[in-house]
Amino acid sequence: MNKQKVVYAGTVIVTFSFIAALLVALVLLAIGASPLQTFKTILTGPLSDVFGVTEVLVRSVPLLLVGLGIAISFRSGIINIGAEGQIQMGVIASTAVALALPGLPRIYLLPLVLMAGALAGALWGGIAGWLRARLQVNEILSTVMLNYIAAQIYTYLLRGPMLDPNELEMGSGTPQSMRLPDAVILDYLVPGTRLHTGLILALVAAILVWILLWKTTLGFRMRAAGAGAKAARYAGIPVEKYLVVAMLFAGGFAGLAGAVEVTGVHHRAIEGISSGYGFAGIVVALFGALHPGGIIFSAAFFGVLLIGADMTQRTARVPANMVLVLQGVIILAIVSAQSFLRNPYAQERLLRWLQGLLPAALRSRRGAKP
Amino acid sequence: MTAALEPISELKLEGITKRFPGVLACDDISLQVRRGEVLALVGENGAGKTTLMNIIMGLYRPDSGTLSVNGEAVHFRAPGDAYARGIGMVHQHFMLVPNMTVAENLALGLKELHHFLRLDIKGAARKIREISERYELPVNPDAYIWQLSVGEQQRVELVKTLCLGARLLILDEPTSALTPQETDDLIERLQRMTSELAIIFISHKLNEVKALSDRVSILRHGAVVFNGQTANHEPSELAALMTGHDVTLPRNEGSGLQGKPLLSVKNLCVRGDRGNLVLNGLDLELRAGEVLGVAGVSGNGQREFADALAGLRPAESGEILFEGRNLANKTPREIIDAGMGYVPEDRQTEGIVPSFSVKDNLILKDFGSRQFSTMSFLKRHEIDRNAELLKESFDVRCPSTSTATGSLSGGNIQKVILAREIARGPKALVAVYPTRGIDMGAQEFIHSQLLDRRREGIGIILISEELEEVMNLSDRIAVIYKGKILKVLPAVEATRERLGILMAGLADTDPPPTPAVAALPPAGATHE
Repeated sequence: MNKQKVVYAGTVIVTFSFIAALLVALVLLAIGASPLQTFKTILTGPLSDVFGVTEVLVRSVPLLLVGLGIAISFRSGIINIGAEGQIQMGVIASTAVALALPGLPRIYLLPLVLMAGALAGALWGGIAGWLRARLQVNEILSTVMLNYIAAQIYTYLLRGPMLDPNELEMGSGTPQSMRLPDAVILDYLVPGTRLHTGLILALVAAILVWILLWKTTLGFRMRAAGAGAKAARYAGIPVEKYLVVAMLFAGGFAGLAGAVEVTGVHHRAIEGISSGYGFAGIVVALFGALHPGGIIFSAAFFGVLLIGADMTQRTARVPANMVLVLQGVIILAIVSAQSFLRNPYAQERLLRWLQGLLPAALRSRRGAKP
Repeated sequence: MTAALEPISELKLEGITKRFPGVLACDDISLQVRRGEVLALVGENGAGKTTLMNIIMGLYRPDSGTLSVNGEAVHFRAPGDAYARGIGMVHQHFMLVPNMTVAENLALGLKELHHFLRLDIKGAARKIREISERYELPVNPDAYIWQLSVGEQQRVELVKTLCLGARLLILDEPTSALTPQETDDLIERLQRMTSELAIIFISHKLNEVKALSDRVSILRHGAVVFNGQTANHEPSELAALMTGHDVTLPRNEGSGLQGKPLLSVKNLCVRGDRGNLVLNGLDLELRAGEVLGVAGVSGNGQREFADALAGLRPAESGEILFEGRNLANKTPREIIDAGMGYVPEDRQTEGIVPSFSVKDNLILKDFGSRQFSTMSFLKRHEIDRNAELLKESFDVRCPSTSTATGSLSGGNIQKVILAREIARGPKALVAVYPTRGIDMGAQEFIHSQLLDRRREGIGIILISEELEEVMNLSDRIAVIYKGKILKVLPAVEATRERLGILMAGLADTDPPPTPAVAALPPAGATHE
């Protein structure tokens, strides 16, 4: 219906993608790598064989789950930076339950373990939600601080009470838990790769989140509280309550991501298991426009970036941490592109400028018509 | 671009046309304004006034047509270019930084004060004093913006625009946030200023247009439909031209049939945002089938009263008896379910969720009801049907019911809110400033809706500072002053003057009132 707007949005998005790529290229040049070569490796390397694709999907699973939770919280007006800690709490709880009840049959134990992970994450996130609702504690501060606390608890448990007795015996002392019982190990989807059934779980979760947000009264309440807290209050929606509910969901999904990582990929709690998924999940959610459909796509995209960055480390000698630079630049690009998209004056000016770029012959012909 | 150009004596627009996708915002508009003249630009929301002003200020460029200053064609690319030729605009929403002083606010925009490593605040203050003396706009350059009343902030905006060199002022609905007294004061000051300036005065308050302007141009659907000398035309005539049909704001023909008491507020005490008691023993009784107007200068507790009625502000003490049940300190949900409807003061943030579609905003209170959901799943079909129905019967003008409500005009947003509140079938309705900043057509519709509901037996509390509105619609008028109801009088006994005296806090039966100046509300009382 609105052609100008589409042209404008398209131009802004393309321009900002270009600027983002340019910025990253500058960083790459600064460390002496070839930007084109690096981009090519990052974007095409992971997809050049089946193994690469499955690895991308393995990374996408936690990103998708975390991103879904973040989307729920952002849509509800509370900003969750604490997924990292919530993942770790999920890992601890699911590992503890799995190790405590090794004799239980799979059909009971596996759901129980996954639920334990989600519950622990939900409680950890719920703390921040409750603090915000009750005491007006800024959730950005509290979630970041809770990340540190979770990290310390996690380290303590892995080096102390939950440390694998074998490690003590062998004297190697790697901080990790015992291997989980086979009953809770997720099946592999593609034999010979690490791709596990957690992928299906995450995709189902995406559909459920979509239903939750747009088809249920609970989702309506949460979105109303997030998009217009004042109006929601006037309409009788207790906004504070839904801040807590949103954080329970957000934390729950992060905790579930932790449980899926431990049962699907590592099969035991290890150090660094969350490996930045909690923060990357924020970028994934924003890049996916806080919509489950978009988040599926962006989780896959960031999976490619993560694996691609690993590859460049090997082939182009670019540190894999480059992916963090990429994430940062992408966030900046998204935020600034959004502020442009919301500015009608900028739209007017850009379209004017684009018209100026039209070949003079074209313009004079258009002018001559009337 | 140099400031040394001759002062502006004439601005001329010829054949200005501006097209947006699907809309012809300005259709071959020609206008002219000279020094010493006030041109009122009148039109409903969406008539193209704002677009036209943005073209003058260089924010938009016209598709065709020319602008000329003193007979010389100009092409503005940004507001700075317009200022360089002496054209300045005071926006409807003030562009001031609250925690800076008046002088600092001016210094923000005045490049000549920015020296290497030094900002000449004293120079700014000097300039402000000079301008404020010359144009009789008293302003203290050292006052912080947050300390000033809305009326004083308006003056600061005027002084700022003049300091920036503007001698043709575009005033975009300058009175929309002012109290009646402040409005009269502003208009008087503007009248005195016109000899040296040219003013384009945008408004849809026709009595102000009548009071201030020499000539009037009326815009409708982007085109000028009328040009004329203000003195030769009656407000009602202008209103008809503005809306395209005769406008007669409906009046309450008080038949005097008033039902049983519906809502009685007893000794209500409520604290304001700063912790002081803003309502201090307020008593009020609303009967079924009446409109009870609550008139007062804004800042006398209206907001807190309305909030307490909606359950959004705790009552320190006192009762809000609704059909015999005390609703004080109940949750908003309980109050809604008891049968209270509410049209909040700030329609953009309190009445609707701006990013939600029209249909979602129409069920904002009832999404959980059996009509719109089963087993906590929304019934989209029913929601769509409801939206189409209400869109039709409340004449909501929107491209579709899936449009984001925040993108509609104020009048249409208010219709969405009113549709939602009335469709719920409330027993009582609290309407806070229901037509503030809304054009005549929508105003007429909203007024007649309120009167229709009154006839159906709903009790309506109308909180407003538009005396015209209160007097037209009410059966009884309660005057609120410093958190108390000073007096309740039948609408037939109310006159503008009598209400004005009461609103200033003077008892109208008392012998000679003390000088009216002392009774004006202190600056800051009008703060929101």
